[in-house]
Amino acid sequence: MMDDILFDFLHMESVELLAQNSDNDSNELCVSRLEHIGYNTGYRFVEKATKEWQRFKDELDVMKFICKEFWSTVFKKQIDNLRTNHMGIYVLLDNRFRFITHMSNSKQYVDQMPKYLAFTCGLIRGALSNLGLNSIVTAEIVSPPSCRFQIQIQRQQ
Amino acid sequence: MSRQNAKNVDAKNKVSCDLFTLTYGSLVAQLIKDFDNTEEVNKQLDRMYGQGYNIGLRLVEDFLAKTNSGRCHDMKETADKIQSAFKMYLGVNPSVANWSAANDEFSLLIDSNPLAEYVELPDHLSQLKYSNVIPGVIRGALEMVQIEVQVWFVQDFLKGDATTELRIKFIRKLEDALPAGED
Repeated sequence: MMDDILFDFLHMESVELLAQNSDNDSNELCVSRLEHIGYNTGYRFVEKATKEWQRFKDELDVMKFICKEFWSTVFKKQIDNLRTNHMGIYVLLDNRFRFITHMSNSKQYVDQMPKYLAFTCGLIRGALSNLGLNSIVTAEIVSPPSCRFQIQIQRQQ
Repeated sequence: MSRQNAKNVDAKNKVSCDLFTLTYGSLVAQLIKDFDNTEEVNKQLDRMYGQGYNIGLRLVEDFLAKTNSGRCHDMKETADKIQSAFKMYLGVNPSVANWSAANDEFSLLIDSNPLAEYVELPDHLSQLKYSNVIPGVIRGALEMVQIEVQVWFVQDFLKGDATTELRIKFIRKLEDALPAGED
């Protein structure tokens, strides 16, 4: 069995590596690269994860899958709260987001935290994209280690 | 619903293994995209070795905590521990072979490298040190238990060899080592 801790460490080091690479460039570049890595991972991963699954009924069904099964395989817990306005906006609340649970929540480190959310935003966007939904995913820290992910589905005109 | 039936424990483990493999793959792919000449990419993968080193430094703590293992008295024991760590973290069972006469150097033969499971190197990247993170992890982990080693790939399945062979060479025992960067 592949241990989860390895995934934690890999994520930590990826953030570190890309932050170093983007030293001369802006912070945004580092975030966008991480998001891209997440996207590629999510896109491929969800294809394998849903291999044995029946077709999803609708958008909400997909979203429930993301909150439950997808989140539990990646983060070993489910999303704590899912809200939607039924107009294509979904808000996912995770009260203990794994990538930042081991960080101190003092001011110094809170500034660093957005980098640790980018990969996951991409992961969600990639997964949704493979399931046929174009989206924009943003994340914010409510109060560490609690995080809110907002998904905005882009509907075709 | 019938969905639940499909999920047994084995499939679940496989899935979390895939997640790691795919994340690593995406990371390498991103580096290749950012630096388009092979030389520069390999320089990046050398940093991946450093990345592995950092992972190893932390991973060994987890290994010691979970296995409750004691001190190793020779490299044979160390090899055993590395073997079980591979099993524990990567789910593969490498065999230890090709000991040198002085018993300070050995090979780990890995039948299927989980990192490279979905990977095929295109021609222009045939010199890519794709799995370079693994030697880094081993070096980092052993350094934390005060053994300095050199680790490198002798054979790599990705480069067309029949198997994946990692060579580990004992350099010296570290005494009262300072953490990296503080000397």
